Amino acid sequence: MDPLSNELNRRTFLKTSAHGFGALGLGSLLAKDDGMLIGTHHKPKAKRIIYMFQSGAPSQMDLFDPKPDLGERFSEDLPDSIRMGQRITGMTSGQKTLPVAPSIFKFAQHGQSGAWLSELLPHTAKVADDLCIIKSMHTEAINHDPAITFFQTGHQLAGRPSIGSWMSYGLGSSNKDLPTYVVLTSRGTGRPNDQPLYDRLWGSGFISTQHAGVKFRNTGDPVLYLSNPDGVDRPMRRDMLDDLAALNGERHQIVGDPEIEARIAQYEMAFRMQASVPELTDVKGESQEVLDLYGPEVKKPGSYAANCLLARRLAERDVRFIQLFHQGWDHHGGLPKALKGQCSDTDHPTAGLLTDLKQRGMLEDTLLVWGGEFGRTTYCQGKLTRENYGRDHHPKCFSMWMAGAGIKKGITIGKTDDYCYNILEDPIHVHDLNATILHLLGVDHERLTYRFQGRQFRLTDVHGKLIKQALS
Amino acid sequence: MPRSGQFLLALLALICPANGELHFNRDIRPILADTCFNCHGVDEGSRKAGLRLDTAEGAYENYDGFRAIVPGDLKESELIYRIFNDDEDEVMPPPDHPHQLSETQKNTLKQWVLEGGKYEGHWAFIPPEKAQIVGSSKWGENAIDSFIFKKITEAGLTPQPEASRETLLRRLSLDLTGLPPTLDEQKTFLNDKSPDAYEKLVDRLLSSPRYGERMAMWWLDGARYADTHGFQADWERYQWPWRDWVIRSFNQNMPFDQFTIEQLAGDMLPNATNSQIVATGFNRNHRINTEGGSLAAEWHVENVIDRVETTGSVWMGLTFNCCRCHDHKYDPISQKEFYQFYSFFNNVPEKGVERGTPKNFEPTIKVEDPEAENKVIQPESAIAEIEKTLSSAKEKAAADLNENILRKFKNPWTTQKPTKITSKGKTAFTLQVDGSYLATGAKPATDLRTIILEPNLKNLSSFQIEALSDPSFPNKGYARGHNGNFVLSGINAHVIQNGKKDIPVKIAKARASYEQKGYPVSSSLDGKANTGWAVDGNTKREARQAVFDLAKPITLKLGQQLKITLNFGAFPNHSIDRFRLSATDVKSPPLSPATLDQATILAIKTPHQKRSPKQRKLLAAYLSQHPTPDLSERLTKIDQLKAEITKLQGSAPTVMVMKELPNPRKAHILDRGEYDQPKEEVTAGLPSILPPIPKGEKMNRLGLARWLVDKKHPLTARVQVNRIWENLFGTGLVESSENFGTQADYPSHPQLLDWLAVDFVENNWDLKDLIKTMVMSATYRQSSKLDSIRREKDPQNRLLSRGPRFRLQAEMIRDQALAVSGLINDKIGGPSVRPYQPAGIWSEFNFYGNLRNYKHDTNGNQYRRSLYTIWKRTAAPPAMTLFDMGSREVCSVKRAKTNTPLQALALMNDVTYVESAKALAQQMMSSGKNPEAWIRDGFKRTVTREITKSELSVLLKGYQRRLNHFKRNPEAAKSLLSLGEMKVDPKKDPAQLASLTTVASLILNLDEIITKG
Repeated sequence: MDPLSNELNRRTFLKTSAHGFGALGLGSLLAKDDGMLIGTHHKPKAKRIIYMFQSGAPSQMDLFDPKPDLGERFSEDLPDSIRMGQRITGMTSGQKTLPVAPSIFKFAQHGQSGAWLSELLPHTAKVADDLCIIKSMHTEAINHDPAITFFQTGHQLAGRPSIGSWMSYGLGSSNKDLPTYVVLTSRGTGRPNDQPLYDRLWGSGFISTQHAGVKFRNTGDPVLYLSNPDGVDRPMRRDMLDDLAALNGERHQIVGDPEIEARIAQYEMAFRMQASVPELTDVKGESQEVLDLYGPEVKKPGSYAANCLLARRLAERDVRFIQLFHQGWDHHGGLPKALKGQCSDTDHPTAGLLTDLKQRGMLEDTLLVWGGEFGRTTYCQGKLTRENYGRDHHPKCFSMWMAGAGIKKGITIGKTDDYCYNILEDPIHVHDLNATILHLLGVDHERLTYRFQGRQFRLTDVHGKLIKQALS
Repeated sequence: MPRSGQFLLALLALICPANGELHFNRDIRPILADTCFNCHGVDEGSRKAGLRLDTAEGAYENYDGFRAIVPGDLKESELIYRIFNDDEDEVMPPPDHPHQLSETQKNTLKQWVLEGGKYEGHWAFIPPEKAQIVGSSKWGENAIDSFIFKKITEAGLTPQPEASRETLLRRLSLDLTGLPPTLDEQKTFLNDKSPDAYEKLVDRLLSSPRYGERMAMWWLDGARYADTHGFQADWERYQWPWRDWVIRSFNQNMPFDQFTIEQLAGDMLPNATNSQIVATGFNRNHRINTEGGSLAAEWHVENVIDRVETTGSVWMGLTFNCCRCHDHKYDPISQKEFYQFYSFFNNVPEKGVERGTPKNFEPTIKVEDPEAENKVIQPESAIAEIEKTLSSAKEKAAADLNENILRKFKNPWTTQKPTKITSKGKTAFTLQVDGSYLATGAKPATDLRTIILEPNLKNLSSFQIEALSDPSFPNKGYARGHNGNFVLSGINAHVIQNGKKDIPVKIAKARASYEQKGYPVSSSLDGKANTGWAVDGNTKREARQAVFDLAKPITLKLGQQLKITLNFGAFPNHSIDRFRLSATDVKSPPLSPATLDQATILAIKTPHQKRSPKQRKLLAAYLSQHPTPDLSERLTKIDQLKAEITKLQGSAPTVMVMKELPNPRKAHILDRGEYDQPKEEVTAGLPSILPPIPKGEKMNRLGLARWLVDKKHPLTARVQVNRIWENLFGTGLVESSENFGTQADYPSHPQLLDWLAVDFVENNWDLKDLIKTMVMSATYRQSSKLDSIRREKDPQNRLLSRGPRFRLQAEMIRDQALAVSGLINDKIGGPSVRPYQPAGIWSEFNFYGNLRNYKHDTNGNQYRRSLYTIWKRTAAPPAMTLFDMGSREVCSVKRAKTNTPLQALALMNDVTYVESAKALAQQMMSSGKNPEAWIRDGFKRTVTREITKSELSVLLKGYQRRLNHFKRNPEAAKSLLSLGEMKVDPKKDPAQLASLTTVASLILNLDEIITKG
């Protein structure tokens, strides 16, 4: 028998102190268990969210918003009556023409709802009746950095809290072994070296840093500094933590500062995470049947498919805000090939995740969101041929979908014009989407505020209307 | 919620004085600001019913018979009627308003109206005055203590006694230098029994160069200083000379007014020095957008607004960002005033969007090294010395010239006529009049060509391939295919003889007259198929030579031939399609032999006395091209010295700085803050709520800087003394240290704040003196013990009824570990450095920019203080951000002090702390003979006090347990001790050292260590 574990049994300090915490320090994570709000503003429909962010901006007219009539307008210049003088990026503003590039992909209607989906999304097509597709999203930025920052923080410039950190701040943690806001990233095969991501996308801005998203890493420890150093095993860590708690406890007797108790508790949480995170990321126990739902890439670490499965496991463990970022959707050129790559990465696992949640009865209280930071232009960037084209950034209309908790099934919201350039019906702004996400999690976006520099800040600034059409 | 209940009671005790008299600024304005000003404030656009409650005039005004407030008259005051109202249509605030009034707040408003409903201007906008020092001399050291003591006693408390000397030493060292005291420093102070020992310690720490670093750690947050441009690809920039300016200025104790003026407008000072211009890097530290396709006009506006926000926040505690789109809701600053302020910063000759490159963007300035002037004196005089005799040496050399020299100009190369040229791709070759061969016929994509030679040379030492351009080729270049360029990917030579095996000939070296970047001729010898020699054939036409020097000269016997094989396999259609071959027996032959014109030859042949002035000129020119050994030595020496001077002057780094356009850029009010919606034109101006510009100052950036530090300015001094207070005590006298606008928290000790602010200005803005005043106070020196009565009456220590105790900031935690372990490298300043960082932080989700594939330094720079760590804004060092350091993307003047499990993981497992523990353990082992002595030493070294008996017992027992474990598992000990770059002393017993490392790690994880107590 290892004398270390012997020693463990003899010592009781932790046992007593773990239950004996009174007032915890104000700066500590555990003290915020209930969040800044006491309960939610209203009964939440969703206990958690899995937000599948498609970074780089997927092309809406090649995936969700068919414009078959454009076939006849191949390479015609975009009419001024459609563009209406709107600004375009520096990447195409120098082109002599803005030639219309009709999608080469076939669309068909699926399910009872008859949702239109591209041939690139065969698996999504099978769950079409669970989706609420929004074709009338619009945003304000026309370049990636400000646009994705806008989606995540409600503001184009750095410095504001991300949506997940707002949730952590407002609602606190719903589990005791894992972070409240977890971020998973993956690289696309459609464009492997695509637009970057930034810490600020899951950062906490001016809100206290404990609310920042914890990014699970694809190399090394999934959580930074999770593993004990070589030569220190788990019983030894336990042994050291017991000593540490004894010393800190003694100091607490003298100084009386409640932060010390909080510190001891944080070390205990760290110790628990050292077990809970590896348990979480170990998918050995998953049946082949379940693995098959997510497609062939599910066993490839760091793939979108692996992250989808991990997302379900996080959801099961009551992590409140789970966000996937899949890179590689920025297709200025060679779009048909690149888009195929992206869809083969994501279509199968996305539908698999939805199905898996559904068969476990978790889709009822899990909100799913799928989409990117803006749309793409109907006109071609660079050389246009019948088979090949590229598309520039387009903020005026694009498509996303939501599903699960509190969301109407099998509907499509919004309508765009014949060129997929302007919105004709039901414009939905980024702030509206964010307001709706907060609403489904039980939070009134107008009442979750943080006072900074003398002003009450909100995720949605002074904007945001619920997408009522989407709510069940 | 017992915790918050308790907290509220205490808070009420703090804000409601016993006599019950209400102060508008302290008690009323915060309620109105939160609840009413949104619709009844300064912003006309959103004002409801025309009523404003932010001014007395508005509140007392008669609106068709109604008056919001009638002083002393509850019945006639519409405000009272509306807030105590059950009717949904009448009650204020409306039922759906996010901020509802509590019963206490309603009653407070009622009481205030009853007391006369008096308004005051916002306290922070009224210039501070020195209040008479109140209180008694019963306690304390200086003015601070009088103000503090009064409040403590009013609350029924007494101050805590002075903390132990050990505690004070540690507290002071961390506060003033960011580092814990060394063992020697502990000894010196603890043995100093003189009455002014503490003051001497304060003076010593303030004069330490570590003070400047510690203060810079504070200043850099607000200045959003970083090493990258911050958007998308996040390219590197090199702004560190500005950071070093900050450290230097703090160490020199530059008065804060000068510190302000130089950073905001040093470039506009008369006869500005280089250092004063470098200082203006402050307002170029903002992010700069380099994302392709971004619109310059849009991002230019954002650059300027960042300067406005940062300057407002750092100096005045005012945020202007609301006014970008509309009049400020709370603070009396209009949108127009915002754009007037914007005009001050709008005149920099900059681009809104820059091309993604790792560099500093214009305007920049070379940073003069004050020492550079002296350093060049020596080489300059050495040059003068050589030049003294140079012209006579030249004359002598010219006189000595005769026809013997002409032998040197014989062409060493003999053009070769191959006996056979074969091409794998079936290309044919046609001999041209100049001896070159032109490719014709088949055009294979890649080709392998074999050339057979029979050179008539005894000792063939080198051969040469000349690539010639041809007008028939694309771009009139060197190859028939593609763009006229070629890539020679491989070359080898063999001696061949019929019926015998080929003998390889070793090529020692390749040289070329021209090499395209990335395609040196040496790569034709590297054996790699995808590299080779190229010559920019798409744009160049000149003949290019490549010489291949053989390792040993060869002599061909009868029947032997030389076979040269050229490989053009790297790029399709990149062959040399017109070439000439030559060979030589001269050792190290020149690439292109020098030729002389006839006039020069004649001049050389002419005896010196008979040479005409024109011929003498020709020979002078000849000598400059072909110097004699003597001349060559002199000229080379001069070149070297000149290069040295250029290096001394030219290696100066640059820094991005402010510069003023000769004519200010036009500025407009931007509708809704949007860059493409300009409205009314505006010129530079100051918010009317603040004092006017000082007499004689121009309305420009320099005037603005001087206005900020004008004696009459109500904000600058208050904001700074409050932030310094916050550094030392954990919370500012104004808790909202980032905001002094009308929404600011009311000061806990308004008179003390004002006293300090006025004193600071009167004392010539002397920062060291201000800090000394604070740390000399008895308030600062109190013990930080929290007992039950304080927990009840002063839970947040806003009364300062005990000494400060809070977690150290990120940099200090790491620096402390490096310092106590002895690993620290205490070099000050210079380019940023790379300490340990988990793999992939830079590269995991960014594939652009130059900062990827992070590798930590191994030259000792990994142990530099944390403020020198390279800061990539979009992927900042996690060891810092986990401990609440912001991303440095925007100005931030306040850090949180969180306590999280991720911090615990970092302190336990980050190699930085494991290695520090290892180094600390090794030091401990050198301090005595047994584990007890080691642990006592380590504890004292780190915690700055003697270990208690029970603490020692815990650590000693733990040491023994883990020692047993490591004895049984020597591999584990070895693994633990091999972490980090530092090698352990092989003479130490690994099991003992490993176990002691776990003890040291425990000490570095103590709450007491990561806390300033």
